[in-house]
Amino acid sequence: MKAILFLEDGFFLEGLSFGAQGEALGEVVFNTSMTGYQEILTDPSYRGQIVTMTYPLIGNYGVNPEDVESAKLWAEGFVVKEKSKIYSNWRGKDTLEDYLAKNKIIGIEGVDTRALTRRLRLVGAMRGIVSTADFDKQGLMKKVQASPIMVGRDLVKEVTCKESYAWPETAKTEKEFSVVCFDYGVKFNILRLLDLAGCKVKVVSATTSAKEVLDLKPDGVFLSNGPGDPAVLTYAIDEIKKMMGRVPIFGICLGHQLLGHALGGKTYKLKFGHHGANHPVMNLETKRVEITSQNHGFCVDMDSIKDKDVVLTHVNLYDKTTEGLKHKKLPVFCVQYHPEAGPGPHDAGYLFGRFTDMMRKHKRR
Amino acid sequence: MPKRKDIKKIMIIGSGPIIISQGCEFDYSGTQACKALKEEGYQVVLVNSNPATIMTDPQFADATYIEPVTPEVVEKIIAKERPDALLPTLGGQTGLNVAIAVAKKGVLKKYRVQMIGADRRAIEKAEDRDLFKKAMQKIGLDVPRSISVKNMTEARKAVEVLGMPIVIRPSFTLGGTGGGIAFNMQEFEELASRGLEYSMIHDVLLEESVLGWKEFELEVMRDRKDNVVIVCSIENFDPMGVHTGDSITVAPAQTLTDREYQKMRDAAIKSIREIGVDTGGCNVQFAINPKDGRMVMIEINPRVSRSSALASKATGFPIAKIAAKLAVGYTLDEIPNDITKVTPASFEPTIDYCVVKIPRFAFEKFPGADPTLGTSMKSVGEAMSIGRTFKEALQKGLRSLEINRHGLDSVLNEKDFDTREHLMEFLMKKLRVPNDGRIFYIGDAIRLGVSIDQINAATGIDKWFLENIKEIVDFEAELKKAGASKSELKSKLTKRTLKESKVLGFSDAQLAVFFGASDEEIRSLRKEYDIQTTYKLVDTCAAEFEAYTPYFYSTYESEDEARPSDKKKVMILGGGPNRIGQGIEFDYCCVHACFALRELGYETIMVNCNPETVSTDYDTSDKLYFEPMTREDVLNIVDKEKPWGVIVQLGGQTPLNLTLTLKKAGVNIIGTSPESIDIAEDREKFKEMLDKLKLRQPPNGAARNFEEAKSVASRIGYPVLVRPSYVLGGRAMEIVYDEDTLEKFTKEASRVSGEHPILIDKFLEDAIEVDVDMIADGETFVIGGIMEHIEEAGIHSGDSAMVLPPYSLGEDVINKIRQATVAMAKELKVVGLMNVQYAVRDNKVYVLEVNPRASRTVPFVSKAIGVPLAKLAAKVMTGVKLKDLGFNKEIVPDYSSVKESVFPFNRFPGVDIMLGPEMKSTGEVMGIDADFGRAYMKSQLAAFQDLPLKGTVFVSVRDKDKRIIVFIVKRLKDLGFEIIATEGTSKALKKSGIEVEIARKVFEGRPNILDYIKDGKINLIINTPSGRIPREDEVQIRSTAIMHAVPCITTISGAQASVNGIEVLLKKDLDVQPLQAYHKKIGVVPDKKTRRK
Repeated sequence: MKAILFLEDGFFLEGLSFGAQGEALGEVVFNTSMTGYQEILTDPSYRGQIVTMTYPLIGNYGVNPEDVESAKLWAEGFVVKEKSKIYSNWRGKDTLEDYLAKNKIIGIEGVDTRALTRRLRLVGAMRGIVSTADFDKQGLMKKVQASPIMVGRDLVKEVTCKESYAWPETAKTEKEFSVVCFDYGVKFNILRLLDLAGCKVKVVSATTSAKEVLDLKPDGVFLSNGPGDPAVLTYAIDEIKKMMGRVPIFGICLGHQLLGHALGGKTYKLKFGHHGANHPVMNLETKRVEITSQNHGFCVDMDSIKDKDVVLTHVNLYDKTTEGLKHKKLPVFCVQYHPEAGPGPHDAGYLFGRFTDMMRKHKRR
Repeated sequence: MPKRKDIKKIMIIGSGPIIISQGCEFDYSGTQACKALKEEGYQVVLVNSNPATIMTDPQFADATYIEPVTPEVVEKIIAKERPDALLPTLGGQTGLNVAIAVAKKGVLKKYRVQMIGADRRAIEKAEDRDLFKKAMQKIGLDVPRSISVKNMTEARKAVEVLGMPIVIRPSFTLGGTGGGIAFNMQEFEELASRGLEYSMIHDVLLEESVLGWKEFELEVMRDRKDNVVIVCSIENFDPMGVHTGDSITVAPAQTLTDREYQKMRDAAIKSIREIGVDTGGCNVQFAINPKDGRMVMIEINPRVSRSSALASKATGFPIAKIAAKLAVGYTLDEIPNDITKVTPASFEPTIDYCVVKIPRFAFEKFPGADPTLGTSMKSVGEAMSIGRTFKEALQKGLRSLEINRHGLDSVLNEKDFDTREHLMEFLMKKLRVPNDGRIFYIGDAIRLGVSIDQINAATGIDKWFLENIKEIVDFEAELKKAGASKSELKSKLTKRTLKESKVLGFSDAQLAVFFGASDEEIRSLRKEYDIQTTYKLVDTCAAEFEAYTPYFYSTYESEDEARPSDKKKVMILGGGPNRIGQGIEFDYCCVHACFALRELGYETIMVNCNPETVSTDYDTSDKLYFEPMTREDVLNIVDKEKPWGVIVQLGGQTPLNLTLTLKKAGVNIIGTSPESIDIAEDREKFKEMLDKLKLRQPPNGAARNFEEAKSVASRIGYPVLVRPSYVLGGRAMEIVYDEDTLEKFTKEASRVSGEHPILIDKFLEDAIEVDVDMIADGETFVIGGIMEHIEEAGIHSGDSAMVLPPYSLGEDVINKIRQATVAMAKELKVVGLMNVQYAVRDNKVYVLEVNPRASRTVPFVSKAIGVPLAKLAAKVMTGVKLKDLGFNKEIVPDYSSVKESVFPFNRFPGVDIMLGPEMKSTGEVMGIDADFGRAYMKSQLAAFQDLPLKGTVFVSVRDKDKRIIVFIVKRLKDLGFEIIATEGTSKALKKSGIEVEIARKVFEGRPNILDYIKDGKINLIINTPSGRIPREDEVQIRSTAIMHAVPCITTISGAQASVNGIEVLLKKDLDVQPLQAYHKKIGVVPDKKTRRK
């Protein structure tokens, strides 16, 4: 069945649909990971976005029950060059096509994803629509223009858990710490790695107050990744401010951006964001390069943070943007990229150890 | 970290001659390394015996030693040059082995040379299977269970533990020489004992079989600060059990989830840290059990490898160049990515296309060789292709191979089988036992309705690949159905169908067959429908950043990224995959053309599909199109780029075969005109020319069938030389002595010749053959070099040893040759290069063959005379005059240069090593020294024919040679050798008063001569063939000699030259000299810079 991807600048690609039928709107972004499409589809940070994979052959190994980053699929639409008709992997349980269909996600294949990527690189991330129903360009343009833009958009409230829950202890590690995780759209792999690092994790919704959290007397607070514009999440930023200094805090991605705001800084939108698994990040403390998993459209402006005690710890070697920071006096640190990988390399897994070290030190005091 | 200041002079060891498992990829990596180090201001000392390499061009190093790559010679060079550091990781296994050997001898310590990149300890840890296994187990990585053995008793005990099938892997050999898989005890006995003999340290690893598991490779880079990146992942199409060099391989890995891929990545990084490779590139191989995902480490190559070259071409990340920079102290984040300019090399390339590498085999050259693929590599070259899908890349790759396939063609003819059962039986065997044509048999199996599950069970090939092949075949069935209709082309081949076929990688030639049309008609229809070939960039980053290096591949997509400039452009057509007869020499010429024309200010466009080459390095030309060398693909690029001129005469027969069709399409072929090329190829026109010039050629005729052949042969008299037209490397060429054999070879030659007639020449027995390379600009005609063959006539010039200048020809003969060469070049209006082959008998000069194009000897001659002929030729083709280039007089050096060939016989046990008119060598070496004897000796050392200085020589010659052998044996005796001879030969020797021991022939009981060879009692063999059809025992002797590395000489002139060499070596010590010193001596100004007016 025919399908179309239409962007707000009038650029469009026609291909074939797979998965669900209908229409989906969202900000169109490209991801350069060659593996990990299932993790990407289930990553809550992709809420509000239509994802195109730059690697052309997608679905080769199918999908399985383990490689999920949340309980459902979040990407609004999925754009690929060629989806595999079959899957081949000993863990595979279903085809990508059926997975999308069952989860009501619209996919489009047979399109020049490289042309799309180049367009996004040159023009920047844009709103778009995938449709299997409407092929009228003017009609599509109207729908796209009526859709919300990413800047100023609170998507966290759409993805956060409704009620708090305890992450099941699966790793056979001694649980030395209790950690509260703010769920702004948390990826399971973060929770898996916290569990592995010896943390008993309680996941709470994004709107939970600082008081409620501190009353739990956690050893540490974790601020998760998530979708949308951090600047509008004042309810989260205000509570983070109240916790800073009172409990060790570690943030990843959106959690990092929120900390940036809490420390008095600002965030800005990147032209087409970082989405992939190959970005080099330099750890400025060790001068070592980490190959990192990335997925963000906004970035912390280091210059906007006036507090002299806030230092840049990690920088992206591609475009020199902020990838990590810490407070010299308060037990607060965060990174923009994804040390939990899922998908991506494991080079930065040490950061979970840094968090537990920090909690251990803080506990002793 | 900045680059190191404590070292100033760095030595690089090259890989020597091209052999199976060590192809021209090491020239590519070595050239990159030399360039990178010179760029950083280091002095570079290079040793490599292979003259056909770009790296041995004098400008790439400060001192270039074209000397044997052996520990003794490397020691001499170190003593002379006193380098501060030795970089051992860029010269393949040879470079690594020699580096280890000199380190062990204490040479490095003595001269205070530091090994950089990887040290001895790391190399040994990776190379020694036992140490490797222990190291991997120590860090918790899984490896196949294995037992290391030193003799057969231990081996038999190990089998009981590990079971069958079992893998035999000798330690310290090249490309798995002597390895294999045994399925029963008999095979085991044979393979294990052979492995023990092959191993440099008589050590064999017996291993649990992971046959049929999925095979993967990762290309890893590490720097001094322990930053590690994975450049590329590769998944093998053929499962474990087929050497990765013989496998179809695909990049990136296709069937791994991110979790599994990351687990592999973690293991690779952990393992190279443990092995201790300080800096540079590494190749790590894994096997995965498809049933449960168990992942085991297979091996680590602590050096730049064939796969590194592939990974570099597949991603655009220049592994060797970066490895060289890391070795001198830089870190990955300090080195920019050339392609994006703004980002550093400390990242992992991501690709947005699919890359398929397909090996090229040459079994047709070795009748009797076992074409079964196993753990010992047998392919001689490879083609790489890039497409947006696996299907597209696979079909492009298959048509790149130049084996008369236009894609995934059908190879089975049902009519050849009497019953369907027989057909299926044959087919299933072809699926089960890996062989060079398996990919085609898979296609046929699908056509015949065999299910994917059945094929998967028979081959072990992943279902994902098979499903993709099925999609190709299914679509082909639709095309065939549509094509069968009687309606006109346009109505049966709609725009939509045609577009879809192109997306799936079908070639015009395939479609032409399905639709009963010509290639041209399909091409016009494509244009009529406005189906555009689009070109995409290889940019390391999937378009995330702007790319500055124009490295393209074709596909059928919506956006075209090719941006043709309006500069004056010259397109250079490369040679495609390496094969016997067409290898690195032609790539060398193409690279020179790129350099030369760039210098003149042209935009250079390179087209080639061979990933091993320097020509496909992104900075060799201004634009690189990584495309199949077919008419369709080349014309598409011509359409896009509209070059001012196209060069076809440098890339060997492949581009030359395209000459007429390109010309017909209106392409400007620069250099010697296609008409002249045709005169040289067309027998009748050629004869007319020779008659006109009053030149002599052996009596000859042409024939289209056996009857015609018979009448030609009886007219000119036997023996005759039978050959097809328009082929390179003497394909299907034979010397025929009687009618029966004539019939057999006429058939074979006709098959190869296709639409062209076969040629029959009188064979001049005992003549001396001579090769001449010359260059001309239409006005000035200059001899590049005259080379005398050392073996007598009848051996293909590509296999023959040659010496420049000639050593036995009189000046009058040489002058006759000079005059004839110039006369023909004038007549043919040669603009560029020309090669002539002559035979000289009784002071008469016969013209055998003229080729108005670059020949295999051009690089050798260029190195010998210090003039880059191919470079000058490219300039001349654009209209520059030789006199303006400063080359208008033949240079006859006062030193001697010998070219010797290297053969792959050790890969094909049981195949006779006798040479003939069909070329069999894979590569060449060069020996240079003050006189012929010493130069020849060096060439033998370089070809790993280790001529003995003492010991026992076995002599067995045909009756005709019995008189002359007496003198040779006498000299050997005088030099202190013991002689063993067969009865017949010994009689002749005894008559002249030479006492020799008599050895039993093979059929005369035991111990016989074979036992002597196996026991290491024989140090040299001189064995000339007894008759036209070699006797079985002779074949056995020669083949056994090869397997036991005993030098074996099969011609009298070879024997004479060898004795000269031995004498020289015994008398005087070997001296080494850099090429630059030789060139200085003859005072050549090799490369006058010119600009286009």
